[in-house]
Amino acid sequence: MDTDLMIRIFPFFLKAAWVTIQLSLLSGAMGLMCGALGAAARLSRSPALRFIGATYVSVIRGTPALIQVFILYFGGPQVGIQLEAFEAGVLALGFNIGAYMTETMRGAIISVDRGQNEAARTLGLSRFETFRSVTLPQALRLMIRPLGVNINALIKGTALVAAISVVELTYTAQRYIGSTYKPFEMFLLAGLLYMAIIYVTGLGVNWLDRRAALK
Amino acid sequence: MTDRPIIDIRNAAKSYGSLEVLKDISLQVKRGQIVAIIGPSGSGKSTLLRAINDLDPLTSGEVWLEDTQVNKALPTRQYEAHINAVRQNIGMVFQHFNLFPHLNVRDNITLAPKMLKGISKTEADALAVEQLNKVGLLDRIDYYPSQLSGGQKQRVAIARALAMKPKVMLFDEATSALDPELVEEVNLVMKQLAEEHMTMIIVTHEMGFAQDVCDRVLFMDQGVVVEEGPPEVIFKNPANERTRNFLRKHLKGQN
Ligand SMILES: Nc1ncnc2c1ncn2[C@@H]1O[C@H](COP(=O)(O)OP(=O)(O)OP(=O)(O)O)[C@@H](O)[C@H]1O
Ligand SMILES: [Mg+2]
Repeated sequence: MDTDLMIRIFPFFLKAAWVTIQLSLLSGAMGLMCGALGAAARLSRSPALRFIGATYVSVIRGTPALIQVFILYFGGPQVGIQLEAFEAGVLALGFNIGAYMTETMRGAIISVDRGQNEAARTLGLSRFETFRSVTLPQALRLMIRPLGVNINALIKGTALVAAISVVELTYTAQRYIGSTYKPFEMFLLAGLLYMAIIYVTGLGVNWLDRRAALK
Repeated sequence: MTDRPIIDIRNAAKSYGSLEVLKDISLQVKRGQIVAIIGPSGSGKSTLLRAINDLDPLTSGEVWLEDTQVNKALPTRQYEAHINAVRQNIGMVFQHFNLFPHLNVRDNITLAPKMLKGISKTEADALAVEQLNKVGLLDRIDYYPSQLSGGQKQRVAIARALAMKPKVMLFDEATSALDPELVEEVNLVMKQLAEEHMTMIIVTHEMGFAQDVCDRVLFMDQGVVVEEGPPEVIFKNPANERTRNFLRKHLKGQN
């Protein structure tokens, strides 16, 4: 194993890791928004909204993420959506993980004991007041860990946008193989950096989860 | 003060599909009255109680709280505002307490008054102290529900309902989920409320308690009120065969 090469090339991989982190942060934030909207739609009293929410989830979860990325990036221009690769990557990944987060959030919300909802309503709180002050605070605690799982999948999923030439970790590894002929070292380096990102994210999730734990 | 009932249920009926759970029940409860509802499992006691605050809406019939119809037919938005206002006057205590586990005892009690009555934090805290004093749990004000025993949880739940200063309190088997040794402390709180002339409707399996504190007892079976009257009559000298059968089973070991 050529460790010298790995050390020399490391700064370039660090730069690529930063791109991976940006992709993860931006699409993660977008995913959380899509997830919140999706969960609200799926739990809405309006059948139309429920239908839209359910369709979003089943379409996204029923097709490969890579196809979704391709449709947006390559198919977009055909319908007048011209995006930079990075932008297309963020949007496709965010919209994709949002469907999984929809289910995560919905699951957390419906697993809050219904009796409390009733208790709050009998005190005179409205549906919204009950949701905000009784259901949501508990659901947020319940969703931290499963959302962490979604984020973990998202970070690894950012590798897909190498296919549209976003210069993130996986793409960078592939590119340096062309000049170094050392695929083992290159992919190992990329893998280690993914692991580091995921490890730190995991620490963050654990910290949040501990902080939010019920007394 | 008029003699008009606080709670007036007129020809209440409820079905789930073809299952008739309540069949033409009428019930009037006057201010300060304490009514017990007894009857076998599945007879519709909870359904009737939950119809009073429209938690389980009736199929037909009317529920009145003083001069307000609780289950008024209104467009959704108006109905929501209406029912939320009405429910502030009807306290409810559940078998499984339903405390808010993410809030401490103080916040469990003050959440609704703060949100709905626009009272200040100081006033809310004073209210929590007042109500906790009543149920004898002032020393638990900073505890979380998970740190309380079942009996203590139920007393906090009662305090929470009382903090809204309701005109009537509904109890749905408030002691059924409790270990036997914890039942008495909750019963004591309810007895104390009775002495303060709180209007109460109490669904219970505890015949002894019903006999002690209630002015009137309703025996329900299969969605109808089979028999009702003062506890002396219902428990000692019931007229109906079904009532006698039920009591024979349930008074065993008691008295
Ligand atoms: N959501 C529902 N859907 C269908 N049937 C229901 C529903 N809720 C209650 N029932 C039925 O209505 C009947 C009355 O139920 P209810 O809970 O009022 O009885 P109860 O007298 O309170 O019994 P228990 O003493 O066991 O609490 C039962 O036969 C029950 O199965
Ligand atoms: Mg019941």
